[in-house]
Amino acid sequence: MSIKLLIPTPLRPYAGKQSVIEVNAQTVGDALNILVMKHPDLRKHLFSEDGKLRSFVNVYLNDEDIRYLSKDATPVKETDTITIVPSVAGGR
Amino acid sequence: MAALIDGSQASLSNEEILRYSRHLIMPEVTLDGQKKLKAARVLCVGTGGLGSPLALYLAAAGVGTLGLVDYDVVDYTNLQRQVLHYTSDVGRLKIDSAIDKLTAINPFVEIKRFDTYLDSQNVIDIFRDFDIVSDGTDNFATRYLVNDACVLSGKPNVYASIFRFEGQASIFATEAGPCYRCLYPEPPPPGLVPSCAEGGVLGVLPGLLGVIQATEVIKLILGAGEPLIGRLVLVDALGMRFRELHVRKNPECPVCGANPTVTQLIDYNQFCGIRGDESETATTAKIPEIQPEELKRRLDAQEDIFVLDVREPHEYQIVNIKGHLIPLGDLPTRIHELDSSREIVVHCKSGARSAKAVDFLRSSGFKHATNLIGGILAWADRIDTTLPKY
Repeated sequence: MSIKLLIPTPLRPYAGKQSVIEVNAQTVGDALNILVMKHPDLRKHLFSEDGKLRSFVNVYLNDEDIRYLSKDATPVKETDTITIVPSVAGGR
Repeated sequence: MAALIDGSQASLSNEEILRYSRHLIMPEVTLDGQKKLKAARVLCVGTGGLGSPLALYLAAAGVGTLGLVDYDVVDYTNLQRQVLHYTSDVGRLKIDSAIDKLTAINPFVEIKRFDTYLDSQNVIDIFRDFDIVSDGTDNFATRYLVNDACVLSGKPNVYASIFRFEGQASIFATEAGPCYRCLYPEPPPPGLVPSCAEGGVLGVLPGLLGVIQATEVIKLILGAGEPLIGRLVLVDALGMRFRELHVRKNPECPVCGANPTVTQLIDYNQFCGIRGDESETATTAKIPEIQPEELKRRLDAQEDIFVLDVREPHEYQIVNIKGHLIPLGDLPTRIHELDSSREIVVHCKSGARSAKAVDFLRSSGFKHATNLIGGILAWADRIDTTLPKY
């Protein structure tokens, strides 16, 4: 089913400058895999070399961190939104 | 939540009562709340984009003691957003400029001045005499330092960060709530996440986020409302959307978890830099470079040199040295525009992107590609001083 992935500003250059990308997926893990297949430049920003989600990138399904759901295996439904929330440090 | 601030010993003069009258008549503040504000001691780390609105509003609201930490000097590029500092302050210490403005707004505020770079050695001493810390810094090392020091010294950290049109805000390191490391256990390697200096920032964005920080600081002092604990507010100024995400306290957090592994402060530059520094030197070490003076001499001598500019078109529009423009991201698909038999000097704004471009070109068979040291900024400083800098 088609769900929305929200791409934050710092990662948009690696996602064809798009802020929202729709993918057909059954789980959060599927959705992220499809995303990096469509946009290979995103891979190193989201995953470490061993394929794990990087520790300075959080993935939320709606308003919950997937680390506290079923991680990659968290099922998604049509109305869900996945948000990628990378750490940013700017303040000056 | 237990009261953070005891205002019972504070007293307000008639002048102060008049000044704060719009607070005093509100049931959420009253005289008791204003006395808490007066008794409160808040440390603002940074007096830049976030620190400016934060400190201005805290001073105006009557926070009794404001600590300021900054070692930086005001420059022209700060003025688009750092509203504590005026054109006439360029070249002055930000902290001196800040103290002037804050004292002018509210002479009843006592200001503590820390003209220093916050580090593992001084942070606990500096934090000691404050009740709340508000983090408006601009780098990961200081953000992890502030977080860990807040957890270890038991002080709430009212947090915000910004990039271009987007910001994040939360309160970390309260007793029951999560800390910054619960949200982000580790920093990104250097270079992977652009800073405001590299990526730009909308001038009003730190205004929005700094005012959120000020609001949360004041609520913590008053003990009023629902504090932004365990929630991360995401602000998208371009879409003008505010979203809220849950942030949970991680029971395995290395600093605030049940069995912490970080029980004293560490070397935060190393924590935030070691991997990136290694990969950075590994790639830049073998990249051939040219000084601006050498390029100028050889261009003047009519040598056959192709100048390639790998910045973005909007940067080219600000200033250029008539190089052929191919943004770094487009280089792989537009490489056919280049002649591998010619000598190519690549430049960007300050040299980092062009180093990546030279690395890519060399690995694609362009044996005569070199990187202009310091980019167009160095050219504007040392060769053609009529050019604008940005």
